[in-house]
Amino acid sequence: MIRAENIVKSFGTQEVLKDISFTFEKSKTNLIIGKSGAGKTVLLKILVGLLQPTKGSVWFDDINLNKIDKNQLRELRMKIGMLFQGNALFDSMTVEENIRFPMDMFTTKTAKEKQQQVDYCLERVSLQGSNKKYPSEISGGMQKRVGIARAIVLNPKYLFCDEPNSGLDPKTAITIDELISTITKDNEMTTIINTHDMNSVMEIGEKICLLHQGKLAWEGTKDEVLESEDELLLDFIFASPFLQRLRSKALSQ
Amino acid sequence: MRLISDFGKFVGWLPEIFSRPENLTMYYKETIRQMYDIGIGSLSIVMIISGFIGAVTAIQFSYQLEGTMIPPYYIGYIVRDMMIIEMAVTLTSIVLAGKIGSTMAAEIGGMRQKEHIDAMEIMGVNTSAYLVMPKLIASVVIIPVLVTIACIVGIGGGYLAAVTIAGFTSSEFTRGLRSFFIPYNVVIMYVKAVTFAFIITSVACFQGYFVTGGSVELGQASTRAVVFGSILILIADLIIALILMS
Ligand SMILES: Nc1ncnc2c1ncn2[C@@H]1O[C@H](COP(=O)(O)OP(=O)(O)OP(=O)(O)O)[C@@H](O)[C@H]1O
Ligand SMILES: [Mg+2]
Repeated sequence: MIRAENIVKSFGTQEVLKDISFTFEKSKTNLIIGKSGAGKTVLLKILVGLLQPTKGSVWFDDINLNKIDKNQLRELRMKIGMLFQGNALFDSMTVEENIRFPMDMFTTKTAKEKQQQVDYCLERVSLQGSNKKYPSEISGGMQKRVGIARAIVLNPKYLFCDEPNSGLDPKTAITIDELISTITKDNEMTTIINTHDMNSVMEIGEKICLLHQGKLAWEGTKDEVLESEDELLLDFIFASPFLQRLRSKALSQ
Repeated sequence: MRLISDFGKFVGWLPEIFSRPENLTMYYKETIRQMYDIGIGSLSIVMIISGFIGAVTAIQFSYQLEGTMIPPYYIGYIVRDMMIIEMAVTLTSIVLAGKIGSTMAAEIGGMRQKEHIDAMEIMGVNTSAYLVMPKLIASVVIIPVLVTIACIVGIGGGYLAAVTIAGFTSSEFTRGLRSFFIPYNVVIMYVKAVTFAFIITSVACFQGYFVTGGSVELGQASTRAVVFGSILILIADLIIALILMS
């Protein structure tokens, strides 16, 4: 479980997040949605402690992220996997070395066990055989998937994904969504995903939080999205005229 | 002002660097890689520069020697001690501050800007330690080796110039080389080498690690690594001279 309590974040005079509170449950795929610039990335970085909130606190189960010392933080972080919006793959290492890095650093697995785990993770993101390529030699979407493989290689307890399927075709995007959703269940992880992909929202959103201008504008499940009358949410979800037409058609039937 | 607050930040940062490694093998591998980069990568430039400096020292001294009562064999003694006490270690270190200092600042700064450091932190890695300690160890080990080589090559350059250009005999030079040798000077040389190695690496890593902004700022950080590194080397040179030679 991950809980945010009254998070406020300002950069200089600009208040990016204004008093945000929520609870994200274990074994659930939780989504943070919102327009570009709404503050999703900033919120995610606060949740993992890369940014300090101006006010408020973040809880991982019964651990207060903002009260623990550096060593406790590192211990907690070994249970965290994260995909960055810009992937943050180590560009002087091959795909395989990237995925192996957390294992090299923190486990005493044998070379063979590591190799098996790397291959298994690559298979899960449908990238078998790309082991020896460098990040600069694969496409943006493939980099994203390598990032996911690296994030899940140590079976984290908490998984954070900043736009896991931006830059992917719809089919691959769905595969990735399903993958994240499945391992969330299998490993009883607490998963938080930043996205503005409506397919993800409707497919895997067990809990959805809408950020709007730094405030938590709406929260609920994917089923509640359909029934909601919330202006901001509808405006966000049914952004395109095409979807609006579909919706009014469905409603009129 | 900025300098003072940076210095405070630097001192506060040092304990982070020297905390316990998560995984010795990874640190070891990285240290070996750095040793290779620093050592092999800088060998030729260090040899070229020290060879020339040795030669120039010999020629200048022979010019000053003309018409004086100083015995000619002093040439070997002067070249040797100039190299040991000052030239080999200080010049090598200044050159290395430029060469490896800028490289290290750019490498770590690039990792900061591309969120590689954040990514490692999220995995639970102590990035201050993992990214800096191997570089520090590598340079504290390898730079004294380079300085030793610079010293030998410099004396060799001095010998060649003295014998071929300045008209000394080989036996004059070697006689000087064997005269008035004070082992303590070699100790001073290594004290300097280790101190300068620490300065070059820690200043460069500091500049890189805390870089913000984009490619312009990265360039500036890299430049600052070289400028501050060089100035600090000279200041340290003076302080060591005052402490160890008085
Ligand atoms: N380091 C920073 N310094 C100053 N302002 C920042 C910083 N990081 C983010 N911001 C501001 O915070 C706001 C939210 O940014 P954020 O990156 O969280 O948006 P986002 O919701 O992730 O958008 P996107 O969907 O485009 O990724 C933006 O207005 C941005 O200008
Ligand atoms: Mg973002």
